Amino acid sequence: MSALGYAAVDGWVVTKRNLTKIKRLPDLLIFSTIQPIMFVLLFAYVFGGAIKIEGVNYREYLMAGIFTQTVAFGAAITSIGLADDLQKGVIDRFRSLPMSRSAVLVGRTTSDLLNNGLVVIVMSICGLLVGWRIHTDVARGIAGFALLFAFGYAMSWISATIGLSVKSVEVAQSAGFIWLFPLTFLSNAFISTDQLTPWLQKVADWNPISSIVLALRDLWGNSAQGAMRGHGFPAEHPIELSVLWILAILAVFLPLSIAKYRRAASR
Amino acid sequence: MAGKLSGGRPTLAAVTAAIEVERLVKLYHDVHALDGLDLEVPEGTVLGLLGPNGAGKTTCVRILATLLKPDSGRAAIRGVDVARHPQEVRRMIGLSGQYAAVDEYLTGFENLVMIGRLYHLGRKESRARAADLLERFDLTGAANRPTKTYSGGMRRRLDLAGALVARPPVIFLDEPTTGLDPHSRLGLWDTIGDRVRQGVTLLLTTQYMEEADQLADDIVVLDRGVAIARGTPDELKGRIGGERLEVAVVRRDDLAAVASILKGVGTGEPTVDQEGRRVAVPVADRVAALTEAVRQLDAADVELADIEVRRPTLDDVFLQLTGHAATEETTGGEGGKA
Ligand SMILES: Nc1ncnc2c1ncn2[C@@H]1O[C@H](COP(=O)(O)OP(=O)(O)OP(=O)(O)O)[C@@H](O)[C@H]1O
Ligand SMILES: [Mg+2]
Repeated sequence: MSALGYAAVDGWVVTKRNLTKIKRLPDLLIFSTIQPIMFVLLFAYVFGGAIKIEGVNYREYLMAGIFTQTVAFGAAITSIGLADDLQKGVIDRFRSLPMSRSAVLVGRTTSDLLNNGLVVIVMSICGLLVGWRIHTDVARGIAGFALLFAFGYAMSWISATIGLSVKSVEVAQSAGFIWLFPLTFLSNAFISTDQLTPWLQKVADWNPISSIVLALRDLWGNSAQGAMRGHGFPAEHPIELSVLWILAILAVFLPLSIAKYRRAASR
Repeated sequence: MAGKLSGGRPTLAAVTAAIEVERLVKLYHDVHALDGLDLEVPEGTVLGLLGPNGAGKTTCVRILATLLKPDSGRAAIRGVDVARHPQEVRRMIGLSGQYAAVDEYLTGFENLVMIGRLYHLGRKESRARAADLLERFDLTGAANRPTKTYSGGMRRRLDLAGALVARPPVIFLDEPTTGLDPHSRLGLWDTIGDRVRQGVTLLLTTQYMEEADQLADDIVVLDRGVAIARGTPDELKGRIGGERLEVAVVRRDDLAAVASILKGVGTGEPTVDQEGRRVAVPVADRVAALTEAVRQLDAADVELADIEVRRPTLDDVFLQLTGHAATEETTGGEGGKA
């Protein structure tokens, strides 16, 4: 078998191992789906009545933002999983085996992607129940979800780098998440960037989260019009920019986290 | 030696030793975990790395198992440099670290199958070997339970089985018998013994002189990152003085009489511990010495609190070799692993 073939097989063996944990600890899954359901309901009924954005149903407008935020936070569990393996010496065991060097990370990011996928399915059903609809066509609807998952997967690699750097579950539990609050709130996820002061507006318009959210809205037909969409280049090319962001994140953090893994030692 | 696992050194010197270590240095801040260690383990033999807490045993094993990079020096497995070609080395080794590293949500069977698959043994072969090893390590009954429910010793055994899955030619076991009950300990040595007879090279660490004596062809005594003594168990025991006969008395007044009796049965000068009311002397033939001592002490009407023949412990080795007891140099250096 080729090196790439082994990388795929080893990655799958580790993915299965990670999924087994979800199977044996179903509470984990129950609680990771309750949170997004809660989010959809709270945003739809609490903010949905309070915030108005010209020319669009705010509940529908919100959905892409909630999806993106949830997927970004969902990807952060990658750091906890890896820090846990590191702390328990499982990574030491793996590193003494002649397995592919990317397998532990590929396995972890893949199982977290599947986990995220399930959460998104639950959220979508929930969204449909509160009135969210895709107004375009099947192809663009699917393209939206594909973009969302690709983004989540890329975020997992950032998270992997963090997990291997902090080396402890306790630290990963905060270090993996805190930076996501400014990242997701300083964007168009829940408001229009047009409502922000000029310099915050610039930051929010160029925020990768904004590009993903706007791309999803465009693909699903949930977008606001005119200045409410955002400003300048990011508002005009959200899909292209999103794809670029995803590729850029992968290009930096995939090799970085693999290099970290190769040097990772539990102590 | 009766309990020895391998047939001793091969008569024809191997071209390259299975494990070679040259002037290995590893620094943690200002602590020299290893300070210029040299080792050579011929194919098919067992090396016992003996040392107290913090001596550098685990550091040495982790470097050999490609988990740590040394600061200087060289280490090679069957001629392959561990720092430069780690992936090649990993194909030849099996490791069981000091702390059992098993996945707690997988069953024992699943853990071993996973390891087999990551050694690229294939699905069928991995399953067959997993089942066989679980049987050998007395874990068949618990094979299909998540290891979260295992006792400490069961986890330890599963971790040891993990080192054997791929039948690697070189095996590292870091304090393999710690936490095992006597039955499991014997079982482990049976299994390992089979492998060694088939030509496997084994490096094991231990804190017990007796264990190293029983199992190793060669012993290296490690202290603060350097080898302070090396040789066959018999050579080392020769230097330490072998077994000691110790007598504890009820009345302190008897000590002088006991010392003179023991001088007669022992092979050296007796040492007297006034506080502990004990006298000790090195002996050559334990049974003859003990019989003779009891006869004479009884005749002299000495009231005994205790009498025993003791094998030299790590502490004796250290007292003899370094003049200081085997104590940890630094405290708090051990990582708090689960
Ligand atoms: N990650 C680390 N950071 C700092 N110091 C370390 C680290 N790992 C080991 N040391 C130090 O290196 C020295 C050797 O440690 P090592 O774990 O190799 O000892 P050992 O012989 O295996 O001891 P034990 O019998 O307790 O397992 C000790 O002084 C220890 O404190
Ligand atoms: Mg140790």
